[in-house]
Order: sequence, then structure tokens, then C-alpha cells
Amino acid sequence: MILSNVITQLLGGMVTSVEIFLLTLLFSLPLGLLIAGGRMSKFAPLRWLMKIYISIMRGTPLMLQLIVVFFAPYYLFGISLSSDYRFIAVIIAFTINYAAYFAEIYRGGIESINSGQYEAAQVLGYSKIETFFIIIMPQVFKVILPSVTNEVITLVKDTSLSFVIAIPEMFTVAKQIAAADASIAALLVAGIFYYLFNIIVAFIMEHLENRMNYYE
Amino acid sequence: MSLLEVKNLKKSFDDNVVLKDISLSVEKGEVLAIIGPSGSGKSTLLRCITDLETEDSGEIRFDGTFGLVFQNFNLFPHHSVMKNITNAPIRVQKRDKNEVFDHARYLLKKMGLEDKEDAYPCELSGGQQQRVSIARALAMNPDILFFDEPTSALDPELTGEILTVMRDLAAENMTMVIVTHEMAFARNVADEIIFMDDGVIVEQGTPDEVFSSDNKRMKEFLGKFYD
Repeated sequence: MILSNVITQLLGGMVTSVEIFLLTLLFSLPLGLLIAGGRMSKFAPLRWLMKIYISIMRGTPLMLQLIVVFFAPYYLFGISLSSDYRFIAVIIAFTINYAAYFAEIYRGGIESINSGQYEAAQVLGYSKIETFFIIIMPQVFKVILPSVTNEVITLVKDTSLSFVIAIPEMFTVAKQIAAADASIAALLVAGIFYYLFNIIVAFIMEHLENRMNYYE
Repeated sequence: MSLLEVKNLKKSFDDNVVLKDISLSVEKGEVLAIIGPSGSGKSTLLRCITDLETEDSGEIRFDGTFGLVFQNFNLFPHHSVMKNITNAPIRVQKRDKNEVFDHARYLLKKMGLEDKEDAYPCELSGGQQQRVSIARALAMNPDILFFDEPTSALDPELTGEILTVMRDLAAENMTMVIVTHEMAFARNVADEIIFMDDGVIVEQGTPDEVFSSDNKRMKEFLGKFYD
């Protein structure tokens, strides 16, 4: 098969991969902040629950989590879901997995902020919520950006794991073409796509980091 | 009636009793210096009065606004000098933006920093940062200004600039409570001095009274500065 055909066939998969990527970030970045909040809570049971959650999410394969999230409604509860659920399952699995990693990144960032910042804010009369969003979080973002970049780049490549539940994202499609053509051309093209995708991601993150460089 | 009154204040951290029954009062326009060795409870006393610590027992009576100047400045590094000074008056005190900006420019001029309003704290020297933090505290129109060892993180040259600013404020009758290790400054500028040791007020009075005290602990402490 000629290359332009391969690329045309892969395009649909590319769109799906980008969708998985964007939706996962959209949901996991805020969810991670909530989990970090629970992980640092003064209420011990919540703290432990979040600790266990993070431990499981980070301690088991994402591929396994994808399978579990996809099959659990049927095998655990006997619920048959429509075929749309396949894509939803991918987003759920990626979101709950990445949120666990982001939660630990947030926690590290928040704990790195000097207690004097909270004290100065308190003396100036800022409420707890104002202190968090006006004083603490902007500083946390700067601190955590390099670690977040790492995770985001990993996520680009991890989207390919969706093939285990037969989501027609790029890697799934590439594998099918490769098998049909008895050629690895499609896989090479997919590899180039992932690489270009990550170059763009790295460029954007570097730009963000530079924008935060106006202070130390 | 005194502007600030502290009665029978007690504070412990676990088994460590830091403040043992402290009482004091501050009049409007008065400059009170609190001196004493490290670990004597001076900073904890200030932190209880400014609500950064909760006392175990006792009473703190103060109605009004206060400012606190920290040893380590605690400026917000991601905000410009101007925003550090104006954000709380605008957001918290809900004051008019233009009025607050004018006030901030007046204070920066007074601190000799009129050309620094767009700078970030990391671009300033320690002395400049501390002057910004004094301006930030003053921008809230405090009835009383607390200083927690404001020069301890500065080298001697920069210490001088901060002491000059504080001397000017005293001359304007700003009510101030200053925890300090600068004995000469305390002696020259304070109306009243409290000497603390081991969680109690050992000596209290005018600078002349305190510095000529016969108290053994007081003499030992001052000896370290004059020998």
C-alpha cells in the first residue's frame, strides 16, 4: 500500500489519540488537585483513602486498569453498556490513573511553599481560599511544571495502550494496517506521529515555563 | 485606655513552656522594644498577638488593624512590588483602586523605592525587600505595626537602612512593637523596653531604667553586647 493511503487511514486514529490525550488532561488535572487535597487532609480516614488510591493507581499497570474499567460494569454488576462505553472507559481509566500521578506532583509543589507565605497572607487578611488561589497556587504551578511536562509527554505515548480494548486510536489502526499489509510502514508512520506530537507538547510546555521565568 | 493589652498570656509547645504569664500594654503612639536572648519567647509573644499562634490561656485585647513585618520579609515572589503592596488593600479592605495606588506610590517614595514599583522581589536586595514589606504593612493603614526581628536576615549595612526607616516611623508617632537584637536602636528609639528571658518579663521600663537595671540576668545579657 502506498504511503499516502496509510496516512489517510491513520488520520482517523490520530484524531482519536488526540481526543484521548486532551480529555484525559481536562479531567485529570483538576481531579488530581482534589485528590492532593484529600491526601493532605487533616481528616485521617480521607488521607488514608487517598493514599491507598494513589498507591493502587501507581502500583498496577495502566493496561490492566483499562481492561478492568472496561469490563467491570459487566462482570461485577451484570450491566451491559452500549458500544459508546468503550471510549468512555478509556477516558475514565486514563483520568483516574493520571490524576493519581498529578496529585502527588501537586502535593510536592504545595508542600514546597514556605509557611511564611501563608503567614504573610493571613496577616494581610486574605481568606484561606484567596490565599490558596492568589498566593500559593501560582507559585506551585511554576514549581511543578517540569514534572507535569514529564507526565504529559508520557500520556501522549500511553494513549496507545487503548488498543487493549480495541479503541480505534492511532496505534490500534497502525497495527491493523501492518498486519494486513505484512509491512511495518504504518507502525513507522505512527511512531513519527507520536514523536511530532511530543515535540509540539514539549514546545508548548517550554513556552509556559519561560512565561513563568519573570520571577524566581 | 491602652491600644493593646495583653493579660496573663501562657503558651506551651508540647512540654516546652514558652510564655509563662505575660502581661503588657501598649499606648497609642508608643514604641515598645522587646529584647532578650534567643528562645526567650519574644517571637512567640508577637506571633500570639498577631494570631499566627493560638495562646493556651490569657487575654489579648486589641481593636483595629495591625501590620506585621517578618524577619524573612515573606514578600510574594510572583507579584510585582506594586501588587505586593496594593493587592490586599484592594481585595481585602475593598478600598478604591486609585486611592490605594496613590497611597502605595507615596509609601514607596518614603521608602526610597519610587523606581521599583514594577520590579519583582527577586530583583531587589534584602534591605529593599524589607522596605517593600514595611510599605506593604503600612498600606493597610495599621493602628499598630509589629516587627519580628526585621534586621536579623540582613547584613550590617542593610540593617542600617531598615533602622532608619523605623526611626522615621517612630518620629511620626507610629505605634510599634519591635522584637529586636539591635540594642543601640532599642535604647535610642523605644519609649519602653521589655526584657524577656525564659518565657517571663524580667525587666520593663524606659530605656534608661532597663539599661541601668541591677537585675543579674539583664546585666549578663547586656554584658554580651558591651564587653
